[in-house]
Amino acid sequence: MSAQVSSEPRHLRPLGDAALLLLSAVLAWQALYEVVGDVALTPPLATLANAGALLGSPIFWRHVSATAAAFAASLAIAAAAGVAAGLALGFHRFSGLVAEPILTALYTLPKVTLYPVVLLVFGLGISAKIAFGVMHGVIPVILFTMNAVRNVDPVHLKTARALDLTAVQTAGTILAPAVVPEIFTGLRVGFALSLLGVIIGEMFASQRGLGFMIINGINTHDVPTMMAVILLIMVFAIAASTLLLAADRKLHRRG
Amino acid sequence: MGRVARVQLAVILGFVAVLELLTRTGAINRLTLIPPSAMAAHLWKMLVGGELDAPMTQTFANVAIAFALSVALGFAGGVAIHGLPRLRRLSDPLLASYYAVPFFVFYPLLIAVFGLNRWPLIAIGVVFGAAAMAIATLNGLDRVPRVLRKVARAHDLGWAEETFLIVLPAAAPHLFTGLKLSLAYSFIGVVAGEFILSGSGLGHAIAYAYDSFDNPTMYALMLFVVALAIALNATLHVWEQRLLARRRRQ
Repeated sequence: MSAQVSSEPRHLRPLGDAALLLLSAVLAWQALYEVVGDVALTPPLATLANAGALLGSPIFWRHVSATAAAFAASLAIAAAAGVAAGLALGFHRFSGLVAEPILTALYTLPKVTLYPVVLLVFGLGISAKIAFGVMHGVIPVILFTMNAVRNVDPVHLKTARALDLTAVQTAGTILAPAVVPEIFTGLRVGFALSLLGVIIGEMFASQRGLGFMIINGINTHDVPTMMAVILLIMVFAIAASTLLLAADRKLHRRG
Repeated sequence: MGRVARVQLAVILGFVAVLELLTRTGAINRLTLIPPSAMAAHLWKMLVGGELDAPMTQTFANVAIAFALSVALGFAGGVAIHGLPRLRRLSDPLLASYYAVPFFVFYPLLIAVFGLNRWPLIAIGVVFGAAAMAIATLNGLDRVPRVLRKVARAHDLGWAEETFLIVLPAAAPHLFTGLKLSLAYSFIGVVAGEFILSGSGLGHAIAYAYDSFDNPTMYALMLFVVALAIALNATLHVWEQRLLARRRRQ
């Protein structure tokens, strides 16, 4: 990388690359549209226009707030429960060893197929959506937190004992800095998956929310609305992930 | 069997026993959940009666094809992105947000592209599985120790020799993780796609049973899918442990 000669200013290059990638994605999308036609796809510009129109419609924002409420609740539950369980399983080594393969197996389950059970237990409505978001998001948080605790350098803990730190001091000065970056990575993954869970949940169990707008679009062959909603969700997911990834890297570098 | 495995078995059996107790005593409504023994009995009846033959064959074939394609495409993609640092920097946030996009919604598009056959489902499986393989490949290639690359240069190895003797063995644990994840994701993609949108396969059978309030069939099929996921994971876990143990001995 270092020896490359380039006429453009260095710091601008990532932006130029991003523009290039975006351009090729848009071109591929347009080409796909030329092949497939209106049956299942709207072209990039029209989709952008539709998305803009959606952003100006109050009904759309009502759906957004329904999704946002369910997403916030499921992320909060997944984060709290996941970190708590992960800390416990990390500190108690044997329980962690027992739980890890079971959790991994649950993680690889096609959770959509368990959706009927969630509906039977929670009924239609927001609690089923939240539960579905939690089901998707909580396991990565547990696994990352558990591994973070396990990987704390024993020397650091010994140092704490040698310095006669209290439990609170140890937690604040030794454990937290050691585990927070990894836990953050877990929360980042949990963020993406909870969002997916909530949206899939809305596709079946709800009359409100972005997932409902998508499935309604599919069922009524309202391709423009479906595409516009998907575009907005993707933009949100990618933007949020980019920010979280940048924060994640910062945390890891500081360590 | 080690102590960990014994406790794991006890945990799972205990969980099943609690469910059995709660459903038998009526603490959990039969309309919500049926006893695990009833699920197993019904599943057995379906398996013996041949009811599952067609959906099972279809789902397994689709998962197998999707898995093979995911590994090939994901590996190639990972190698390509690794070789292009400029593309690499851009792809990281994309890969990080990848699994937040509900790709199922493109099923109608996939039908328009591939036609009404097995390929739209396989495509969803590949869309899910390939990214996991690509991410794992990137991780693996990133972690090949630089000193090993130097060894290759010192010995004047050709491209093929360096790849097969140095790079691939060094990246193997990560590649194995990629295989594991991409199998899981192909499975998730295909079964979830069947559940949501398709008219055949195991996933569809569950959705159909649910829509017709056929709880015994629905739970039998869910048990089957859960058991399948656990069996697959356990097999890969044991295999991986063996591989790792052999590496440590070397």
